[in-house]
Amino acid sequence: MGRIDTRVWLIVIAAGLFVCLAYVPAIIREGNLGFAVSDVFLYEAMINGLLLGGVLALLSLGLNLIFGVVDVVWICYAEIVMLGMYGIYYLHSFYGVPLLLAMPAGILITAIIGYAVHELVIRHLLDSAPINQLLATGGLLFFFQSVATLAFGIDFRNLGVSLGSFPLTEDIYISWSRLAAFVTAAACVAGLYLFLTRTFMGTAIRAISQDREIMTLMGAAQGRLYLISSAIGGGLAGLAACLLVLQYDVHPFVGLSFGPITFMICVLGGLGNMVGGFIAAFILSELIALGGYHFDLEWGYVFAFAFFIAMMFVRPEGIMGRRS
Amino acid sequence: MNSLALPIVFAALLVVAALVGIPSYPLHIMIVILIWAFTYTGWSLMGRFGLVSLGHGAFMGLGAYATALLWNYAGMTPWLGIPIALALAALLAVIVGYPCFKFRITGHYFALVTLALTEVVRQTVIATRDHTGGSLGFTPTPRGNDDTPSIVALQFEDKETWFLIAVVVWLVGLLIWRAVDRSMVRHALDAVSEDEDSAAAAGINVTWEKLKITVLSAVMTAFGGAMYVQYQLFVAPDTVSGIGISLQIVFAVVAGGVFTQFGPTFGAIITLLLAELLRIYIGTDAVGLDNAIYGVALVLFIVFLPKGILGSIEDAVRRRLDRQERSSVTSSA
Repeated sequence: MGRIDTRVWLIVIAAGLFVCLAYVPAIIREGNLGFAVSDVFLYEAMINGLLLGGVLALLSLGLNLIFGVVDVVWICYAEIVMLGMYGIYYLHSFYGVPLLLAMPAGILITAIIGYAVHELVIRHLLDSAPINQLLATGGLLFFFQSVATLAFGIDFRNLGVSLGSFPLTEDIYISWSRLAAFVTAAACVAGLYLFLTRTFMGTAIRAISQDREIMTLMGAAQGRLYLISSAIGGGLAGLAACLLVLQYDVHPFVGLSFGPITFMICVLGGLGNMVGGFIAAFILSELIALGGYHFDLEWGYVFAFAFFIAMMFVRPEGIMGRRS
Repeated sequence: MNSLALPIVFAALLVVAALVGIPSYPLHIMIVILIWAFTYTGWSLMGRFGLVSLGHGAFMGLGAYATALLWNYAGMTPWLGIPIALALAALLAVIVGYPCFKFRITGHYFALVTLALTEVVRQTVIATRDHTGGSLGFTPTPRGNDDTPSIVALQFEDKETWFLIAVVVWLVGLLIWRAVDRSMVRHALDAVSEDEDSAAAAGINVTWEKLKITVLSAVMTAFGGAMYVQYQLFVAPDTVSGIGISLQIVFAVVAGGVFTQFGPTFGAIITLLLAELLRIYIGTDAVGLDNAIYGVALVLFIVFLPKGILGSIEDAVRRRLDRQERSSVTSSA
């Protein structure tokens, strides 16, 4: 039994779970299959789940890169996204910077934050226990959150820019901003994949993530590669911020609402595995969307987190990870 | 440091102080510190062996909500409700802990699994808002027209009673810490945290030893949660569960010192006093300032003082004593 076989089984099980969660509650409630299959709102929930998956995939992308290369979990990653959202919001709403300029500026800000986090904190902790690195970024989470509270207050702020939506069918409307997040996430996964496999720098980054000591001996500048990865990871947080700021209100605690799910996606997908993370994002987002449709949004999250815990016991290396 | 006399002396001093009379506000702060110190001590039992759980918000929330819900909806006195809540916390710890240890989930994977657990509890509380009040929080029913005796409801009007309860609870926490420190479990888990495979090869049942300490730690945390809700008579999902509270627990213990008996207590004192002092002297302009200071301090502690304040002081004292001893030996020789 090879590794591929387990993956195929996993896909079959995931599909089975999906069908169960999608149709069974409706069948039980309505007592017939026909209604469940023709329920327009159920399909709308599925499509929204798919689009949410795009947002989550984009969110987890940068974290996944850092996780995979530097082998550190940035608990504060969602807070960097939050700072990026504030940056874009203030540049656009207060200083009247056009959105198309404010967004690259936001990406630049978060890239600098990513660089600084590595240079000022992580670099000093590379040799200490992994858990200390995680806790140090937990300290940064408090710090970023309270700096945002002190600087911007606890009001919910909205950019007030809407891209609108378009009808897919008579009943189902799709929001442009969610679709944009979806497309951007897919493009970023492809772009990052090409960068990591087709460029010299990308190859160096992959090499150092496989063996830190040997690659350093072979002349790779470990510190510089880590810094570059952290800055790219930070920049990807900014990119996620660009798309989130169009959909959600900004407030200092916005990071707490999607931070945990972002870590779960990275781990579920397999450490540093971009494609795995992409798939994991959609599995969890469908669980959230369908759970939310049939029961309650919070139950959707409960299902997603419980699924994550169960999967960690079954496949701790992630759905696409390799057993080491 | 592992002392039997010192906690008892401190507890006695606190009791005497309370009998002499402490104004109500400092008394309140001290009760809160003692209850949290108990919870932090419970966390440190696991944390000192490298089992860094970000899931203690789950146990705390379970302890608080189970106790309060049983009182409100089943009319069950906390004297029965708390043991049930503790049993539920132990069960939850086994359900999540056993597979974690069986499948060797360690390090930041363990932290993330437990983080998911705390989110499960928080979201469940919010989702069952018809019974738990959701994000708005939950208040245990006051004991009514005085037909229920205080002792049955475990609700007391005066702070002095609560203070005595808190002192006893805190003292028991320190004694549990001491018992663990002197037990075989401690030696086994010290070996496990150094190298799991070698420890297993030496005949240590890694899963079982880890599970024991996890259940103990979870039960203590749940008890801390129950004490919290009985004293505050209010509980909200974000004040007992969720990533924020889990990180707060970890931070206070790391700041105080995870390897010493009084470390968690010290952590509770400095973190809660910092928040109170900032609130008093700077006021509402500084909302968030305490967390900004915590955040920076946490990073600095982990980089420069991984043993925490009290742990580092103890180390320095011990080193000095060693040196004196050695010099006195050489001079007499």
